[in-house]
Amino acid sequence: MNVLNQVENAYLRTEAPPEFASGDTVRVHVKVKEGDKERIQIFQGVVIGRRGGGTRETFTVRKISGSVGVERIFPMCSPTVDKIELVRRGKVRRAKLYYLRNLRGKAARIEERRDDNRS
Amino acid sequence: MEGILGQKLGMTQIYSAAGAVIPVTVIKAGPCLVVQRKTVATDGYEAVQIGLVEDRPAKVNQPAGGHFKKAGVAPVRRLVEIELSAGEDANPGDEVKASIFAEADYVDVIGMSKGKGFQGVMKRHNFAGGRGSHGSMFHRAPGSIGSSAYPSRVFAGMRGTGRMGGERVTVKNLQVVKVDAENHLIYVRGAVPGPKSGYLTICRAKRG
Repeated sequence: MNVLNQVENAYLRTEAPPEFASGDTVRVHVKVKEGDKERIQIFQGVVIGRRGGGTRETFTVRKISGSVGVERIFPMCSPTVDKIELVRRGKVRRAKLYYLRNLRGKAARIEERRDDNRS
Repeated sequence: MEGILGQKLGMTQIYSAAGAVIPVTVIKAGPCLVVQRKTVATDGYEAVQIGLVEDRPAKVNQPAGGHFKKAGVAPVRRLVEIELSAGEDANPGDEVKASIFAEADYVDVIGMSKGKGFQGVMKRHNFAGGRGSHGSMFHRAPGSIGSSAYPSRVFAGMRGTGRMGGERVTVKNLQVVKVDAENHLIYVRGAVPGPKSGYLTICRAKRG
């Protein structure tokens, strides 16, 4: 298992992403390839879950585009994810915020967390 | 050299430069030592016998020890015969390393599959089985296994229940994603037979 960890370590992100958890709002910079040109696309939304570990870790970001909910699952270590920015911390009481899918408008707001004890 | 011995370390996923996720099996392949050279003159065919060098030494009885002594090689646990590449020769004591393969090569991987124990026909032979509910009373049974008065017996080879797994399995045409020659690692796309730390023979694909 040790060797396998070393194998995975080679593919971890070189610069550590900001510490973020479910309920936080993040801005994900995604590399998009159009023909032979590459540009950065930004996807901003609420993190509704993180799963897996090491190179296999993924996180789900949900946003409302128009009046339609859009969710994207990003692999944490994918080279297409250029950068992850933490925009706002959220105060939530569970790890997976799947309940947000059934809520809209005012009900789907998340309170901001201000008393941040984590470094 | 057309092949090498190795041990399965396990599966993980890595990313291609384009950002695609590639499922890989990491195999610790080699280093191996040539133990015997088989020739047309002495054996009727051309091949080399190679052994996998491991950390723990092998305990061998005297006859087997003599075989290794003849080659001047420390005893190993696992031996396998490998074909030689065209125009290649090898002598006992020569090293075989993971670097015989390169990225984007295709390989066949041979291993011993995990034992599944005594299994029914649905798992073992992919039979359809019957309905689970609505009073079917025919859930995972095999169904008819032949006619009645004639032939009055079950034909040999009829698929049925029994021991499953624990047999030699070859997976053909797996792509080599990466070769880490320094650490004797080969990354192969997809799954290979057997448990973690199971022995594998990795051969150049017969058919690319």
